[in-house]
Amino acid sequence: MPRPMTITEKILAAHAGLEEVAPGQLIECDLDLVLANDVTAPIAIREFAKIGTGSVWDPEKVALVPDHYTPNKDIKSAEQAKIVRHFAWAQGITHYYEIGCMGVEHALLPEQGVVGAGDVIIGADSHTCTYGALGAFATGVGSTDAAVGMATGRAWFKVPESVKFQINGALRPGVGAKDVILHIIGLIGVDGALYQAMEFTGDTIASLGMAGRMTICNMAIEAGGKSGIIAVDDVTRAYMKDRTEHPWTEYFSDSDATYAKVYEIDAADIVPTVAFPHLPSNTRPVAEARDVRIDQVVIGSCTNGRYEDMAEAAAVIKGRTVHPDVRLIVIPATQQVYRDMMHTGLTDIFLDAGAAVSTPTCGPCLGGHMGILAAGERAVATTNRNFVGRMGDPASEVYLTGPAVAAASAVLGHIGLPEDLG
Amino acid sequence: MRFSGAAHRYGRDIDTDVIIPARYLNSSDPAELAAHCLEDLDASFVSTVQPGDVLVAEENFGCGSSREHAPIAIQHAGVSVVIAKSFARIFYRNAINTGLPIMEAPDAVDGIRTGDRVTVDVDEGLILNETTGESFRAAPFPPFVKEMITAGGLVERTKRQLRKD
Ligand code: SF4
Repeated sequence: MPRPMTITEKILAAHAGLEEVAPGQLIECDLDLVLANDVTAPIAIREFAKIGTGSVWDPEKVALVPDHYTPNKDIKSAEQAKIVRHFAWAQGITHYYEIGCMGVEHALLPEQGVVGAGDVIIGADSHTCTYGALGAFATGVGSTDAAVGMATGRAWFKVPESVKFQINGALRPGVGAKDVILHIIGLIGVDGALYQAMEFTGDTIASLGMAGRMTICNMAIEAGGKSGIIAVDDVTRAYMKDRTEHPWTEYFSDSDATYAKVYEIDAADIVPTVAFPHLPSNTRPVAEARDVRIDQVVIGSCTNGRYEDMAEAAAVIKGRTVHPDVRLIVIPATQQVYRDMMHTGLTDIFLDAGAAVSTPTCGPCLGGHMGILAAGERAVATTNRNFVGRMGDPASEVYLTGPAVAAASAVLGHIGLPEDLG
Repeated sequence: MRFSGAAHRYGRDIDTDVIIPARYLNSSDPAELAAHCLEDLDASFVSTVQPGDVLVAEENFGCGSSREHAPIAIQHAGVSVVIAKSFARIFYRNAINTGLPIMEAPDAVDGIRTGDRVTVDVDEGLILNETTGESFRAAPFPPFVKEMITAGGLVERTKRQLRKD
């Protein structure tokens, strides 16, 4: 009998061809998917050429998503995207997403069925941890790791310790998945789960849909985590059915598995939360942040750019108008979200309110393009990072919230709650 | 590997967005990245850093994005080694993979100030502050990581492995 293991340890053991693994152990795993984007792929492609295998290990298991500076911002970014495009063509990469079918990678790949439960996935993008929401082990790496992964289909890992977040109880009205994860990061800090696998369980998590679960796993990296993971249940199965391209495997933590730490969180303690500059852990209740006047609101990104997020924001903004001092930029994370928003009338709600609605892109989330802040400007964003200069000038500020608070703030002209709209 | 240079010391949670701001990520040219290294944190860094200098920081150095542009920018700016109390996971991995020497040494970080002359022996894990005369020990690398560094990074190690197969 192998030792009792967590879900993460079981997935890693299976992919390393081992019966059991323990935290701290160095292993090499077979990969199910290697991902890179228009920023990280050019370096990965350069390193890949040095390895000398000539072709990727499996053209169906490499995903290349030009999403950061696309549609291209300038000549330099066009050159980067061109490198990726030509590599994808030359290698016959099946999961290459050109403008027109592109989306923000971490919203796109689950939606398109490219990732599934039990997979081991590396991505040259730190928010690769998002796919843990489907019960996969997924972690962000650098371009060199991605290059070697593309060449060999393998990667080295140190088996992480696991930390468990047991969240129980009903969320208060107006509190969503983003508040849950901001609450956790506020609690443990930006290195509170350094090198660790964050496992989220409890009936609060079970009550969330896939969009909310992805929001939570997406920000595991903001607590320093190696990965975030939520075990498969009927919600996950319903999502993957008729969507996920390959057969999936379900793993579950043994009841006597070892955790470095277990946090018990009462959902009733979580309130609508905002992370102040310049760290995602710098959290405060939204109710105590009403004096912060803002210039811009961004609703989108791999954290909160899914249809459910757009619907949440639209419900708040419907019939209202954006404050005259504020620019509201709405960026559906994928073409599918964009299309669904048009069909269900969400796009009209945003346009009627005076918002700009963009084609999918990471854009302002990383300070790339499509909504850069000037010195002294403040933005509320549904994104995941608020570091110095993240969305533009080093003297600008980013406040992180969920979609409903972001929408309310756009109308109010300052940070605030939907109920403040009267 | 032995290095000697002046120390540049910063605080905790130095994230990859200040190491190399995203507005420069439309390029992957090492010289161009190096020209903007740490500019949002310390605009004078690039003009004062000399080849061989040592970057010193507190906890969680390199947190945030997975961009390998960060270790590339640091290395090509002339920094020989980064000494921190702790490193963010992806940065640690990227540094090992790309061959940027890093050392985890909390005592050394407390005992080094900007401008101090520091000599470092990466293999021995020794850090000497020439200015104060104090010496420190870094946590030794696990054998696997040592093997990676000796091989010249992950790409070289992979090439060797592929030749063996
Ligand atoms: S939306 Fe933002 S955080 Fe997500 S992948 Fe794009 S740049 Fe990174």
